[in-house]
Amino acid sequence: MNDLSRKTVVGVDVGGTFTDLFFLDEAAGTCGVAKVPSTKPDQSVGIRGGIGEGGVELGAIGTIVHGTTVGTNALLERNGARTGVITTTGFRDVLEMRRRDRPQTWGLWGSFDPVVPRDLRLEVDERVLADGSVHTAVDPDAVKQVAKTLLERGAESVCVFFVNSYANDANEKVALEAVREIWPNPHITASSVILPEIREFERGSTASLNAYLQPPVGNYLERLEDGLRDGGFGGQVLIVQSNGGVMSAKVARELPVRTALSGPAAGVIAGAYIAEAAGEPNIITCDMGGTSFDVSLVADGQSALSAQTSIDFGMVVRTPMIEITTIGAGGGSIASVDRGGLLQVGPESAGSDPGPVCYGLGNTRPTVTDANVVMGRINAERPIGGKLDRLDVEASKEAIRVHVAEPLGIEVMEAAEAIVRVANAKMAGAIRLVSIERGHDPKTFTAMPFGGGGSLHTGALIKEVGLARALVPRYPGVTSALGCVIADMRHDRVQTLNTMLDMLDLSALNKAVEEIVIEAEGLLDGANVAFEGIERLVEFDMLYLGQTHTVSVPVPDAMSGSKSALDTVKIKTAFEEAYKATFGSLLDGIGIRVMNLRVAVIGTRPKFDLALLAPSEGGSVDASRTGARQIWFDGKWWDSPVYDRLSLPVGAEVPGPAVLEQADTTILVDPDLTGTVDSYGNFVIARKA
Amino acid sequence: MAALDPVTLAVLKGRLEQIADEMDATLFRSAFNPIIAEAHDASHGLYHAETGETLVQGKSGLPIFVGAMSFAVKAVIDKFGATGGISEGDVFIFNDPYEGGTHLSDFKLVQPFYRDGKLFCFLASVGHWHDVGGNVPGNYNPVATESFQEGMMIPPVKLFSKGELRQDVIDIMQANSRLPGSLYGDLNGQINALRLGNDRLGALLGEYGADIVAGAMTELRDRAGQLMRSLIADMPDGRYSADDFLDNDGIVDEPLRIALDIVIEGESMTLDFSRTSPACAGPVNISRSTAIASCYVALKHVFKDVPANAGVLEPITFVIPDDSLLSVKAPKPVGGYTETILRIIDTVFVALSTAAPEMVNGCAYGTINALSLAGHRKNGQRWVMFSFFGGGHGGNPEGDGLNHGNAPISTATIPPMEILEAAYPVRFTQWALRPDSGGAGRHRGGLGAIYEIELLEEKADVFLFGERGRFAPHGVVGGGDAALNTFTYEQADGTHTPPMASKMVGIKLAQGQKVRLETPGGGGYGDVLERAPGAVAEDVRLGYVSADAAAKTYRTIIAGDGTVDTAATEVLRAESAQ
Repeated sequence: MNDLSRKTVVGVDVGGTFTDLFFLDEAAGTCGVAKVPSTKPDQSVGIRGGIGEGGVELGAIGTIVHGTTVGTNALLERNGARTGVITTTGFRDVLEMRRRDRPQTWGLWGSFDPVVPRDLRLEVDERVLADGSVHTAVDPDAVKQVAKTLLERGAESVCVFFVNSYANDANEKVALEAVREIWPNPHITASSVILPEIREFERGSTASLNAYLQPPVGNYLERLEDGLRDGGFGGQVLIVQSNGGVMSAKVARELPVRTALSGPAAGVIAGAYIAEAAGEPNIITCDMGGTSFDVSLVADGQSALSAQTSIDFGMVVRTPMIEITTIGAGGGSIASVDRGGLLQVGPESAGSDPGPVCYGLGNTRPTVTDANVVMGRINAERPIGGKLDRLDVEASKEAIRVHVAEPLGIEVMEAAEAIVRVANAKMAGAIRLVSIERGHDPKTFTAMPFGGGGSLHTGALIKEVGLARALVPRYPGVTSALGCVIADMRHDRVQTLNTMLDMLDLSALNKAVEEIVIEAEGLLDGANVAFEGIERLVEFDMLYLGQTHTVSVPVPDAMSGSKSALDTVKIKTAFEEAYKATFGSLLDGIGIRVMNLRVAVIGTRPKFDLALLAPSEGGSVDASRTGARQIWFDGKWWDSPVYDRLSLPVGAEVPGPAVLEQADTTILVDPDLTGTVDSYGNFVIARKA
Repeated sequence: MAALDPVTLAVLKGRLEQIADEMDATLFRSAFNPIIAEAHDASHGLYHAETGETLVQGKSGLPIFVGAMSFAVKAVIDKFGATGGISEGDVFIFNDPYEGGTHLSDFKLVQPFYRDGKLFCFLASVGHWHDVGGNVPGNYNPVATESFQEGMMIPPVKLFSKGELRQDVIDIMQANSRLPGSLYGDLNGQINALRLGNDRLGALLGEYGADIVAGAMTELRDRAGQLMRSLIADMPDGRYSADDFLDNDGIVDEPLRIALDIVIEGESMTLDFSRTSPACAGPVNISRSTAIASCYVALKHVFKDVPANAGVLEPITFVIPDDSLLSVKAPKPVGGYTETILRIIDTVFVALSTAAPEMVNGCAYGTINALSLAGHRKNGQRWVMFSFFGGGHGGNPEGDGLNHGNAPISTATIPPMEILEAAYPVRFTQWALRPDSGGAGRHRGGLGAIYEIELLEEKADVFLFGERGRFAPHGVVGGGDAALNTFTYEQADGTHTPPMASKMVGIKLAQGQKVRLETPGGGGYGDVLERAPGAVAEDVRLGYVSADAAAKTYRTIIAGDGTVDTAATEVLRAESAQ
C-alpha cells in the first residue's frame, strides 16, 4: 500500500437539497459523516464547506470521491453548452428524428426539442459503408470550414458524428484532427471514440450529449479541484460513473456523459456492500424521493448493468449504467379520484416546491406525504430537512377529505390509508419489475431503503412483494456518499463486430481485447490510486441470425492474466448458457451472430470494515425511547413508541408498532413486523415470528 | 359477492396490467423478425371468458391490436365454445382477418385460462410475422384482388391440444412461408409469452382469490365506461361530419371515400360510416372488426386517460353497412388495412374537432409507406428489406406537432439505418426532415421525412404500398393541410413516379439507381394568422419552413437578416384577414 491509503478518504454526494459527506480514516479506524445544504449554482462551495464541517484538514485527505449530479441536472434542465454537430451529408437530422417514436402510447401531443438545434448541425461530404470501406474520404478543409461556421454561431463544444463510423473510424479521426486544429477549447467529441457501436441515433445522441456536457461538467470539476488545491488539498479527485465505478476527474472531463447517473449509482454500490457485509448478497435498493421511487437489484453481490437509458424523451444515453428502474411515486405524488371513481396516485407530483399540502407552500391537492402525516407516520412537529418548523396536519386532512374521501364516499383516515396503499402497490410493482420479471425469487431478497422517505414504506413493501426482510442502513441519508468511498475504478469499452460466430477472426479479436485492456489499465495507472487488484471482464452481445435483440454473454475464462484467450468454443458455450437462462430453450440449427464486444477493466479499491459504523457499547432500548404517538395502521390508531434510532444498541429488539427517528429518516415498524439492530448498526425488519 | 373496495381495485388494476406488459416484453425480446422485435407489432391481453371482451391490455402493445384482439378471442369462442371444443391446455392459432381483424400477417394465439377446472378468461397474443406466403415477400401486395394472393389463411385451429403440441400445424405453416425459421422463432416467442401470462395470472389468483380478481375486471370495465360517458356528456349534442379519401385501391385508379358522421346525444355517441364507398377490388378493404378496432384507437387518442379496456366502446354505437369497404368478407383482399384505418382515425379527429376543439389534434401523416427492396445476393441468397417509414404528427392545442413520429395505430420505432445497411445491399443517401411538409396553423404540423436509398447489388425488385399521394392530411380548427406523400424511382431513362401515386409493384432497380420517399407532415392546428411571426421566423431560421412558404402560407415576411419584417407582415396579414 502506498502512502495514499493512510490518508483520509472522503465520499461526497451532492443532492438537490443536501450535500452529504462520508469521511474514512483507515489508519485511525474512524469514520464520520457531515450534511450541509447544497450550494447553487456552484456546488463546489458546499463541498468545501462540508469538508470543513467534518473537521478534516484538506491536506490530510488522500482521495475525494464524488458522485455528481451536475451532468444529470444539465441534461434534465437542458442547460448544457451550446453544442455543434458535424455530420455526414444527408444525415444532419438523425438526432432530431430519433427512432421515430412518440412520448406516449395514447394521445398524439407532445414534441421534441433536440439539445443541438438544426442550425448547429452541419454536414460535410464523407461516407463509410457498412462493411467499413471508405466510399468518400473526408476533406479536412471542408471540416474546418463548417467548424468555423459553428464557432461563428456561438458553439462552445462540438461533436463529430459520421454514419457507419463504428465500422471504420478513419474519416471521423481525420475530421477530429481537423477540428482540433482550429477549435479554441478541448470540448470536442467524436462518436467513434465515445461509442464505436452500431445504431446511428443512439451513438450520435450519446456523443452529442457528451459534447453538451463537456463545458459544464469540465468547468465544474476544474473549479472544484482548483478550490480544493488552494485550500491545501494534494490528493486525487475521483468521479463516480453511471456504471458504479469511479474514474479520474481528467477522464470525467473528457467523458462527462458517463456521469449521467453518477449519484444514484453510488447509492447502489453502497447498498450492495452494506448488505453483503450483513450477509445479504441479494438486495433490492429502494430510494424514495419527492417525485420518484428508484429501485435497483443486486444479485449475488452484483448490480445489474443496463446498456442504455433515456434521460427524457429522445435523450438517449448509451453507456453501461447501473440498472435503476424509476416510477413516478414519491412523497410528492398527488392522489386524485378520476371520473370513473378510480383512485390514482401520481404520476403528477407536487415535488418539493410547492410540495405536499402540509408544507403550506400553496399546493392544495393531497400527496403521499400528506397521507403519512395524517396517519401519524411522519412527525409533524419535527419535519425532516429542517426547512420548515412544523407540518400542517389539518391542511393535509382537509385536502384528503375534499379530493379523495368525499369522491370515494369514505372517511378521511380510510382515504389516507388508501393513498398509501395504492402508492405502496405502485412501488411494489417496480420491485416486481426488477425481480420477478427478471426471474428472481423475491423470497431470497432483502429490501434496502435509503434516501429520506423509503423507510416509511419498506415494511409494507416486503409484505406486498413477499421479500425476506428489509435492512435499513445505519445512515440511510448518506448511503451514496458512503458508496463513493468504496466504489472500484472501472472503465468500459464497446466495439461492434457484427459477424457470424464461425467467421470470427480470433487472432484479431484477442489482439483487440488486449489493446483495450492495456489502454484501460493505463487509465488506472494514470489515476495514481491504490488498488487491491485488477479484474478484466469480457462480454459479447450475441443473437441468433435473424433476431434483432441481443443477449449479454459474459465469457468467464476469457482472460488469462492480461492475455486474451478467447476461442469459438468458449464463446459458443457461454452464449448458449446465457440464451437458455433468458429464454428457456436454444434454437438449434440457426446461425449465431456476434454483435458487440464489451470489455470492462476494474481496479478494486480497498474496502473498510463496516463495523466502524456500529453503535458504541452501552445504551438500551428503554433509554433510546423518546416518547410515543398515535399511528394509524389497518383501520385503527395504535399507541406506538418512538425511539432515537442512533442510540439503539446492537441486538436491540423493537417490535411493531413503533417509529424510529434519526436526523434524516423516519423508520416505520408495522404492528405485524419487528426489527433488530445488527452488529453493523443496520436495522433489520422482518415479520413477527 | 361484496363490492370491491377502491383500494384493492386500484392495486389489482396495476397488477393485471403488469401481466400484460410482461407478456409484451417477453415477445419483444425473443422475437425473430424486426417488425415485432423493433417495431413492437404485437400485443397481449386478458379477455372475457364468455364475450371475448378486452379486460386488460398491455401498455406497450400495438394500439390497433388493442381493439382487434377481442374479435379474435370471440372467433375462437364462436367456433369451439358452443360445441365444448375448448379444454384446459389448448392453444388456438389463426390469422383469418375477417374473423379476428387486421390482415393475414398477424397471427393470433388464444389460450383459455382455467381455474379449478373452470374457464376463467382467455389470454391472447398477436404478432406480425415476417412472411406468410402469398405473391409478395412480406405480404403487402398492392395489386391483390383476392386474399389468396396475400398469403396463407389459417382458420382457428388447435396449436396445442390439452397441452400436446401439434407439430403438424407448425409444419403446414412453415411450408407456406418464405422465412420458415423466422416464423418458428416468432411462434416460440408468442408461446413463451402465453406461458408466462398463464403463470403470472395463476399466482395473482392464488394471492387474491378468483372472485376478487374477476370482480375487479368487471369493475374496471364499468368504470372505464362511466368515465367515457361523462366525457361524451361534456361535448355538445349534435352531428359532426368528416369526409376523407384514399388515393385508390391499387387496382382501379379512383378515389375511395371514407365518410364519418358522429352523432352525440347526451352521454352516447354514434359513429356512422354509411356514406363510405362500397367494397373495392384492391387490398384497402377492411373487415368490420378492424373498423371498430381503429375507432377504438382514435377514441383512445382523444380520450387518453380512459383505461384501455372494453369500457371505452360501451357508450359507442357503430353503423357500418355490410356492402361498405369497411365491412368486407372473404376473399376480398385486406392486406393494405393500415391505410384505411389511418384514414378512419383521421375522420374521427376531424369530426370531433368541431365538437371538442380542445381535445383534438391535426391529422398525422396518415400512411404506413410499406417499402420493400428485394433480390438475390451473388451467392444466390434471397434478401428482403421491408420497412415502414415515419412522418409528422398534427399540431395540437398545446403546441406544434412532433417531427418524424410513428403512426397513431402503432408504437413502432424505425430500424436504425446502420442496421439496414449492415443487413442489406443498400446505401441511404439521405435520412432527413422534410421542410415545408407540416400543415400551417397557429400550431404547425410536425415535419415528415425524406429517405433516399441507393441499390448496391446488381438488381432488385421494389414495391411500395403507401397513401396520401393525392389527398393530404387535414388540419383542424382552421389549420392547414400537410404536404402530400411523394415517391420517385430512378430508371435508365430518368426519374419516375408511380402512376397510382404511392402504390406500385414490380419496379426493377439496377445498381446505383435510387428510390426516394418523401412523407407527409401532420396537419396544422388553428388559424395560421394566429401564429406568432417570431415563431415563423424561427421555423425559417431552422429550415422547417422555407422563406417562400413563410410569405405565401404564413403571411410573414422574413427580412434578409432572418428577422421578421414587421411592417410588411402586418400589411400582408391585414389583407389576408379580409
